[in-house]
Amino acid sequence: MAALPYTIVVGLEVHVQLLTESKLFCGCSTKFGAPPNTQTCPVCIGMPGVLPVMNAKAFALALKAAAALNCHIATFTKWDRKNYYYPDLPKGYQISQYDLPLCRDGWLDVPSEDEAEDRRIRIIRVHLEEDAGKSLHDEKAGRADSRIDLNRAGTPLLEIVTYPDIRSPAEAKTFLQELKLLLNYLEVSDCNMQEGSLRVDANINLHIPTPQGIAATPIVEVKNMNSFRAVEKALAYEAERQWGVFQETGRKLGEVPKQTRGWDEHAEVTRPQRSKEESSDYRYFPEPDLVPVTVTPEEIERVQASLGELPADLRRRLRRDYGLNAYDADVLVNQGRSTVHYFLRLADVCGDGKAAANWIQQDVLRVVHERQISITDFPIPPDTLGEVIRMVRGGRLDTPKGRQVFAHLLQHGGRPQEAVDALGFKDVDDAEVQALCRELVDANPKVVAEVRSGKEKALGSLVGQAKKRNPHVNPARVKEICLELIARM
Amino acid sequence: MESFWELTARELSDKLRRGECSAVEVARACLDRIAAEDATVRAFLSVEPDWALSQAEEVDRRRRAGESLGPLAGVPVAVKDNLCVQGRVTSCASRMLAHFRSPYDATVVDRLLKAGAIIVGKTNLDEFAMGGSTETSAFQFTRNPWDVERIPGGSSGGAAACVAARMVPLSVGSDTGGSIRQPAALCGISGLKPTYGRVSRFGLVAFASSLDQIGPLAQSAEDCALLLEVLAGHDPRDATSLDRPVPRYASELEGAIKGLRIGWVPEHFTEGLDGEVGEAVREALRIYEDLGAELVEVASPHARYAVAAYYIIAPSEASSNLARYDGVHYGYRTDEKAMLADLEEERRLLRESGDEAALEEIDSALVRLYRRSRAGGFGAEVKRRIMLGTYALSAGYYDAYYLKALKVRRLIRQDYDRAFSQVDVIAGPVTPSPAFRLGEKTSDPLAMYLFDLYTVGANLAGLPAMAIPCGFSREGLPIGLHLQAPALEEVRLLRAAHALQRNTDWHRRRPGSHIAARSELRG
Ligand SMILES: [Zn+2]
Repeated sequence: MAALPYTIVVGLEVHVQLLTESKLFCGCSTKFGAPPNTQTCPVCIGMPGVLPVMNAKAFALALKAAAALNCHIATFTKWDRKNYYYPDLPKGYQISQYDLPLCRDGWLDVPSEDEAEDRRIRIIRVHLEEDAGKSLHDEKAGRADSRIDLNRAGTPLLEIVTYPDIRSPAEAKTFLQELKLLLNYLEVSDCNMQEGSLRVDANINLHIPTPQGIAATPIVEVKNMNSFRAVEKALAYEAERQWGVFQETGRKLGEVPKQTRGWDEHAEVTRPQRSKEESSDYRYFPEPDLVPVTVTPEEIERVQASLGELPADLRRRLRRDYGLNAYDADVLVNQGRSTVHYFLRLADVCGDGKAAANWIQQDVLRVVHERQISITDFPIPPDTLGEVIRMVRGGRLDTPKGRQVFAHLLQHGGRPQEAVDALGFKDVDDAEVQALCRELVDANPKVVAEVRSGKEKALGSLVGQAKKRNPHVNPARVKEICLELIARM
Repeated sequence: MESFWELTARELSDKLRRGECSAVEVARACLDRIAAEDATVRAFLSVEPDWALSQAEEVDRRRRAGESLGPLAGVPVAVKDNLCVQGRVTSCASRMLAHFRSPYDATVVDRLLKAGAIIVGKTNLDEFAMGGSTETSAFQFTRNPWDVERIPGGSSGGAAACVAARMVPLSVGSDTGGSIRQPAALCGISGLKPTYGRVSRFGLVAFASSLDQIGPLAQSAEDCALLLEVLAGHDPRDATSLDRPVPRYASELEGAIKGLRIGWVPEHFTEGLDGEVGEAVREALRIYEDLGAELVEVASPHARYAVAAYYIIAPSEASSNLARYDGVHYGYRTDEKAMLADLEEERRLLRESGDEAALEEIDSALVRLYRRSRAGGFGAEVKRRIMLGTYALSAGYYDAYYLKALKVRRLIRQDYDRAFSQVDVIAGPVTPSPAFRLGEKTSDPLAMYLFDLYTVGANLAGLPAMAIPCGFSREGLPIGLHLQAPALEEVRLLRAAHALQRNTDWHRRRPGSHIAARSELRG
């Protein structure tokens, strides 16, 4: 990548929906996709006289996320009301956290593309709040009939705000991927952008070296990004746009009010949004219907201890203890905790991490994706597959036969030996193979000469002859023995 | 034989238990009494004869069947119309909710019904409980049964007047700054605001959430105890409700006054206090002294800031609590067709005049819907408080108003803590004067707010407090005695009140009948 004449500076504000059965302040279900307004009760639709009661599960999940994001968790945190009028906000205020959030000052390390070290993105704060409902209308239409679905109103959200530590659109995407992976591992959120369980806004500007020092362009908030890919594209577009505007106008931070722009997925441009919040004053004040929440240092320790191995730890362990390269470790860890567990067992049983990783990537995951199942529902247990890999490694099966055994087990289940028998693969005694190879080497001096002159390919003809004499021999083993014999000649 | 309406709740309940009368008989008598008296007093916004009778029939049936019945089985009770009753209108005396039917029961309503009480109707109040005279009700004035030209107090004016006029023996009200105690005092009955969190607020339409508390109004401290026992208790649906055992209030009333340290605050007896009220309160203190209590002067240095702090905190919370009434989801909504037509007309005029700037600024249909619905649905006092609160919470003013008020609130709490380290209860006047005339203070909101001078402290500090009758003015208007106690010391309050009531008969006096006065008033 050619060096840019500026540095891109990005901070993200991410909202993720917590994986709770019920809403943050009432007992209504949080399931996605129910018919409009069927998951509501007097509390979440803001009937007169109702009161919120905090969902302890949501708080526990938020604590978990906060701990995993290396945050300083507050021992005293309270709720505040954020007041504004909007039809999808039935109470006229959102219960959120203002000056005493759940936690502050954390970080998330994200794998870096061109640096050996991970990049550390710092987190400003993480807090809990309730979601609003959904307006199903076009406000500009004015007279058009507007409809409101309050199923989502009161759903627990975690708001995560980063420092402007992100330095490229690609890094923004990587950060989001890593955050999603982490929250998936913790079972805190499924972070599904299509279902709205992860939403992200970005603040972006450029730092441009000039003879007078570093010039910063005005910060722009980018909204409406509906996928990680869109985040990357929108930020790349916005950076170029700001560069263009700066070259044209020379306008710097502070010289124009902060602008909000929306990403237009189809046109692939950002456009200015008339922000309804531009001059709004939310009149935050402490929520009198809820009591502050206190967390003891012991509880915080308990949460930290309960996190288990997180993606970054697992990547490190797979590389260090199982000899995987960064790419393979990444692929496995990105598949989620249950795939990693499958791998660990498989590698332990077959005794070869690299082989286990290959089998998972090439065979197991292919089936998992085809069948659209989770690896926990994959029909061949790791112990069974491990035995198959051991057979291949020990020379009892060649790889194509190993694959046939795999396919057989997939269809019929059972033990690997049963599959080998059913497929009619006979074990060939290694002494028998040795004898056969000696015979072939002796009978083919021309081939031997070619091999000795460096043309290892010539061995193919010996392997072919061996297979003709005994179809059950393992070609790799034949090759191996022949090479040994020739070397000793 | 005495009429049922002359009996206290305790007496009625005993008669019912002994089978000397049926719940249906009592309910009928109560409904008849309401029909006769309320045409003048206008304490009720709604009366539910059919429902009341069917509740009473159910109590009688269960009694005949030998089933166990609750402590208030068959006793009629009135409920302030800011408490939600499922399927019935809960109007808060506001146009905004004039036709609003609650989809659920408030916790206290649930508890009343489980206790066997017969809910006969819902009582009038100041709109959304904002006021001290029940004059801000969007629907009707309630009259003081002692003088129908005077206000019953507020905001639980209907709740107090219906007990004073002996229409029901028990009534449930809410108290944010004195809304139970002040009308109780002005109507010559007993009323108790419990400790914050003692009674669940779930289903009480919020005015100021950190101050609101539900409590009983009745003819005597004994009846207040009976009703409080039913209302109080932890509720998992209210996060601010206290998870503490509920004493058997009604069985804990007897107790010696000897040695009770009663605090009095000199500032309560200085300028601003009506002479007759001061004299009646001092007389009550003398009675306590005769009974063996010790009077101790206590300081309340921040009390004079209480009203100011209260009128920042309460409207701030109200401005947020009342945001939900926006015409979108339920309640009053402006005539949309007319609204859109007006908006279109305004736009047309602006286009014609070429005023592009104004055209840019004009309300969207949605904003106009909010504005019109709220303008039409709320009355003047509610609007005034929403504006006060919105202002106090606004950026740039928050620290100077809201935050400062919270500091004062803390100081007032500390005053109480210090005082209660020296005394067991604090006694004083409930109001600066007896009931004023209808309309007398409507054009002077500040005078109206200052009427809360003695009562708001207990709300700011979250403490239990009570009003009980302690005399009458020369004009025959009731005067109340204010008793305040430390948190969760309702038993102490009730004992002190009960002791006075065993030694005086102020609480037994009742106003004359209003059946005759009706035609006269109509004319
Ligand atoms: Zn709900």
